[in-house]
Amino acid sequence: MRYVFKRLIEMVPVMLIVVTATFFLAHAVPGGPFDKERPLPAEVKARLEEYYGLDRPIYVQWWNYVSRLAQGDLGPSLKYPGWTVNEVIGSRIPVSISLGLVALLLAILIGVPVGVLAAVRPNSWLDRVPMGFSLIGICVPSFVLGPLFALVFSLGLGWVPPCGWGSAIHFILPACTLGLITAAPLARLTRGSMMEVRSLDYIRTAYAKGVPPLRVWFVHALRNALLPVITYLGPAAAALVSGSFVVESLFDVPGLGRLFVSAIINRDVTLILGTTIIYAVALLVLNLLADLTNAALNPRIARAR
Amino acid sequence: MMASTVSTYQTETGWQRFRKDRMAVWSGCFLVVVALLCALSPWISPYPYMAQNLEASAMGPSASHWLGTDLLGRDVLSRLLQGGAISLFVGFIATAVALFVGIIYGVLAAEIGGRTEDGLMRIVDIVSTLPLTLIVILATVLFGQNMPMIFLAVGGVSWLTMARIIRNQTRELKGSQFVQAAVALGQSRLGIFRYHYLPNLAGTIAVCATLTVPGVMLLEAFVSFLGLGVKAPMTSWGLMIKEGADIMEECPWLLISPSVVFALTLLSLNFLGDGLRDAFDPRSSKR
Repeated sequence: MRYVFKRLIEMVPVMLIVVTATFFLAHAVPGGPFDKERPLPAEVKARLEEYYGLDRPIYVQWWNYVSRLAQGDLGPSLKYPGWTVNEVIGSRIPVSISLGLVALLLAILIGVPVGVLAAVRPNSWLDRVPMGFSLIGICVPSFVLGPLFALVFSLGLGWVPPCGWGSAIHFILPACTLGLITAAPLARLTRGSMMEVRSLDYIRTAYAKGVPPLRVWFVHALRNALLPVITYLGPAAAALVSGSFVVESLFDVPGLGRLFVSAIINRDVTLILGTTIIYAVALLVLNLLADLTNAALNPRIARAR
Repeated sequence: MMASTVSTYQTETGWQRFRKDRMAVWSGCFLVVVALLCALSPWISPYPYMAQNLEASAMGPSASHWLGTDLLGRDVLSRLLQGGAISLFVGFIATAVALFVGIIYGVLAAEIGGRTEDGLMRIVDIVSTLPLTLIVILATVLFGQNMPMIFLAVGGVSWLTMARIIRNQTRELKGSQFVQAAVALGQSRLGIFRYHYLPNLAGTIAVCATLTVPGVMLLEAFVSFLGLGVKAPMTSWGLMIKEGADIMEECPWLLISPSVVFALTLLSLNFLGDGLRDAFDPRSSKR
């Protein structure tokens, strides 16, 4: 419990760095949010800048932002008048979270069993074929796999709609794209750590006791082999995030990833900041969860701290 | 060549081991060919990459245009070569940036040691938990989407792994007897770096570099795909994939050829990196 607390405390300076770096990056943008093709009258622009506090010195703006952030307020959006960033982001988060969770679940359900089976019979077809595919999966990025899936399954075979959002069928393509991309490294990782565990004494003991092989693989061996895999879930979540930028733009999913990309294109400073902060928090929390799960599964790690 | 068949594992040199790895050798050859073709693209490509010919727009592959043309009638093969030159160039330069920063940071951390080392490595840990993709995107957009910025941004976030590996290796070297002997003999720190650390780190550096290039190319392509990287009329493989994806219904060849070339290049780089690692760094595990 003290460990969790310590880790949470550690997250504060990290977040402050992220916020500050993003803040100054975002304010260094050449071209403000009110620069349009038709220039606004100078008075209107001055009023707008005054309203949003953009006329004050940058360190004052920074302080205002950070102190409001501490209360959980991400400020008003510059491009969606009348909306706060909290509202804009809040309306997008459920979409991205549900998509991300389905993809992660898919990745685990495919990646881990494939890795286990490959390690059980190394160098057989059960190993070579899936591992070949997973190598391809690592090298084929989401922005190649996504369009190819759309080309084959919706334009070629007509099984699913190419884009859109709203019903379960729209989940299939984006979730599969994200899930398979994540499953590939997961399968290789599982195989690698299973290979290390499989020759240990306690596995041989389990066989000798007459435990059924499936139980040995998926219960005895996997329990230990899973540790590096769980550690990888932190980076995997990060990969899912960047994958979601592509997949959401590609399949027209109204999620956080597409919001971030359009915020950058629109130079909506507060929205850029808000999305970056949400992502940073999500990634830090996921890393923490992965570490905690590892500590719970492996008492040696917990004691080392 | 013949001797390698009778020699034992220990006496084989790295190159002999590498040559036996057929996948790695073929990947290396493929990469050399692709890199040469792309580098020579201004002279060998059949058409100028930005030459438009609206009468021959959106044509499928044919004898005059092997990979077809895009909506503006530009030859896809020529653009593929030009885009490849950009993608590979970004990959190599950004990797060089990452190598440079990573080596200096890692060696310095290990040399200084103590609390400073802990602090420096803690910084690496913290930075690697940050959402770096976001930062690359922001940086490239904000400071103009010009090439030097893309190098710096991509290279600047790719040095972390490098620094960690180099630091671990240097620490090991630092404790070895020949380095301690050099210290006892009064060799300067720079001399130790030059004559003891660098030669012993060379294998690791080569492997690291080969495995960093695909990551960097992926990042560049990713940023270009979102429309935030390389800008028209220049092109890169990421941008071509995006353009192809936008109109894949009408002209699937615009999507397929850059996707295939890009994926094959990344695959080869990974094979090459694995092969190099197995050949020159036998201590590290194969997985």
